[in-house]
Amino acid sequence: MSRLLEVNQLQVHIRTQHGIVQAVRGISFYLDEQETLAIVGESGSGKSISVKSIMGLLPKNGKIVGGSILLEGKDLSKYSERQMQTIRGSDISMIFQDPMTSLNPTMTIGKQIVEVLKEHRKDMTKTQMKDRALELISLVGISNPETRFDQYPHQLSGGMRQRVVIAVALACDPKILIADEPTTALDVTIQAQILDLMKDLQKKIKTSIIIITHNLGVVANIADRVAVMYGGQLVESADVRELFYQTEHPYTKGLLASIPKASHKGGELTAIHGTPPDLMDPPKGCPFAARCTKTMEVCRQYPPEDMLCGESHHARCWLLDERAKAFRE
Amino acid sequence: MKSAEKKLLLEVKHLKKYFQVGKNQILKAVDDVSLDIYKGETLGLVGESGCGKSTFGRTVIQLYEPTDGRIVYDGREINGSLPSAERHGFTRKMQMIFQDPYACLNPRMKVIDIVAEGIDAHGILKGEERTKKVLELLETVGLSEEHANRFPHEFSGGQRQRVGIARTLAVNPEFVICDEPISALDVSIQAQVINLLKELQEKRGLTYLFIAHDLSMVKHISDRIGVMYLGAMVELADSESLFEAPLHPYTQALLSAIPIPDPDVEKSRSRIMLEGSLPNPVNLKEGCRFASRCPYAEQLCKEKTPEMKEVRPGHFAACHKAM
Repeated sequence: MSRLLEVNQLQVHIRTQHGIVQAVRGISFYLDEQETLAIVGESGSGKSISVKSIMGLLPKNGKIVGGSILLEGKDLSKYSERQMQTIRGSDISMIFQDPMTSLNPTMTIGKQIVEVLKEHRKDMTKTQMKDRALELISLVGISNPETRFDQYPHQLSGGMRQRVVIAVALACDPKILIADEPTTALDVTIQAQILDLMKDLQKKIKTSIIIITHNLGVVANIADRVAVMYGGQLVESADVRELFYQTEHPYTKGLLASIPKASHKGGELTAIHGTPPDLMDPPKGCPFAARCTKTMEVCRQYPPEDMLCGESHHARCWLLDERAKAFRE
Repeated sequence: MKSAEKKLLLEVKHLKKYFQVGKNQILKAVDDVSLDIYKGETLGLVGESGCGKSTFGRTVIQLYEPTDGRIVYDGREINGSLPSAERHGFTRKMQMIFQDPYACLNPRMKVIDIVAEGIDAHGILKGEERTKKVLELLETVGLSEEHANRFPHEFSGGQRQRVGIARTLAVNPEFVICDEPISALDVSIQAQVINLLKELQEKRGLTYLFIAHDLSMVKHISDRIGVMYLGAMVELADSESLFEAPLHPYTQALLSAIPIPDPDVEKSRSRIMLEGSLPNPVNLKEGCRFASRCPYAEQLCKEKTPEMKEVRPGHFAACHKAM
C-alpha cells in the first residue's frame, strides 16, 4: 500500500467578530491507498475544518496558517483556487451530511452527474457522458437508471438522494472520497444501507475514504484506522481494533465509556464532565486537562508530545511519559 | 417495578391524528395508537423519521387536537373542551422537553425569565420567592447562580438543554414528555443529560415518555419500549425482552441496523437489510403497513391490517405472523 495523502502540522485559523479561533492546531495524519480512515470528534473539535482545508473549501474567514497537505507529493495548501478546481471532483471528492442541500433542486439527477464530467473529462462525448451517468446511477444501487436520470431530487427519498450524491462524487473515479457525516441525517435502516454501499464501492473502484463521524458504531463498522480529535488537536490515532481494545487516551476512553452498554443497563452512564475548551483562547497545556479524571500538574502547564504506543498507535497524553509511570499505576 | 405497585397514570386509547395535506389527501400521522403509562416509569418511543412518534407526543400534551380517540390522565379524560381552569391545572402536571436546545429558548430573554416562564404563567410565585426558586432550579440541573442573568447564546448546547429542563421542572410536573432531548448534543454531553434526567426521576418520582431514534440510549433509560412504523404502533414490550427477542420483523430489522461500537462484533454479525425506504404515508391502503418491505409478507398481510395482540405476557406485537 502506498501513501496517498499526508497532512503535516496543519494549522487553521478562523477570524470571527470576537477574535481568532484556532480551529486546527497542528495536526498530522496520513491516508494510504484503499484504506478507510475515520476522524472522530465532538462538534467544534476541528474535524470538519481539517477536511475542508484539504478540499480547499475553507470559509472566507478561514486560513491555513501553517503546515502542509501533500497529495502524492504535491502540496495542496499552496494551490490557488484555480488549481484546486482541477483537483476537486476529480482527485478528491466530498460528500456532505445533508443530501438535500448538496443537490441542486432545479436540475435533474442525470444532469448533475453529467455536469461533473463536463468539467473534468473534456475528452468524453455527450453520449459517453450519458452512458457513464447511467452506469454510475446503477452502481450506487438505484434501480431503473433510465427513469431516474430525468427525475429531480425532490422525487427521491433521503437515502436515495445520498446515493445520488455519492454517484456525483464518484463520477471521475476520485483517488480520495471524503465523507462528512454521510449518514447522520439518515435513519438507522437507511444508514446501514449507505454504509454497506460505501464499503462495496470501495472494493469495486478502489478509492480511499476519509469518513468524519461522531458515531462510534459507524466507526467500528467501516473504518480501518481511526483518528480522534479534541480541541483542534489529534489526541489519538490507531488501527480500529487497537483503538477500541487498547485505548490509551483518557478522552477516547471517556467517549467509549459514555455509550450505554448492554451489560450495565439502568445504571449511571460514565459521562465526561465539563465542556470542551474555547479555541479562541486555547489552554496552554493539554486541551483535555480540565475534564480529565487523571490530570497531573504538568498537563495544565505543557502540551503533551505525540507518543508512539504501538506499531502505528499514537497518543498525546502525559500519562504515557515514562516519568508519569508511578502516577499511572 | 412489580405489577402490584403499578398505578396507571396515562391511558391513551385509539388515538388518531390526521392531517389534511392536499385535496382528498390525508396523512395519517398517528393512526389508532393505544398505550398505557404507569406512574414512575419511563416509556421509550422509537421509530424512524416520519413514523409519528413526535406527533403522538404532541397530541398527548394537547399541542395538536386529536382527530379521534381518548386520552385519560389520572382518571380524567382530557381531550375535547376542558373548562379553562381544569386545562390550566392539567398543563402544570404535564410538561415537555424539546429536541433543539437552540430553538426552544427565546434568545432575547434572560435565563432567569426563561426558567420562570411557567411560574409566571401559572402565577405561582412572585418577587424574591420567584428568584429564589429559579436559582434553586438552576442548581438542581447543574448550573450556578451566576448563569441566571445571562442570555441563551452564552451557553453551549448541553447547558441550554439544562436550562430547558429547569424550565420544565419549575411548575413541578408529574409527567414529562422528552422529545429527542439528546439528539442535538455531542456524545460526551448526552450521557450528562441522561444521568440528570434519571436522577431527577428518582428524586421527584417523575414519569417520562421518552421519544428518540437512538435505540441504545432508549434501551438504557426505558422500562418499556414502543416501536412505531408509519403512524402505527407495531410492538410494545419491556425493554429487555424487546431487545432480546423482538417479535415484529420491523423491530428485528431496526435492531440489527444499529451499528455496535465494537469492531469485532460489528464485522462478524449479520444484518437484516431492509429493501427500499418508507412508502409514501399519504392515503395508505388497508393491510399491514410494513408489508411492502417485509421479508415474510404474505397475501394476508397485504389485505388485512394486523391488530396489536399479546404474544407473550406483557409483549405486544401487531403482526399476523408473530407467535
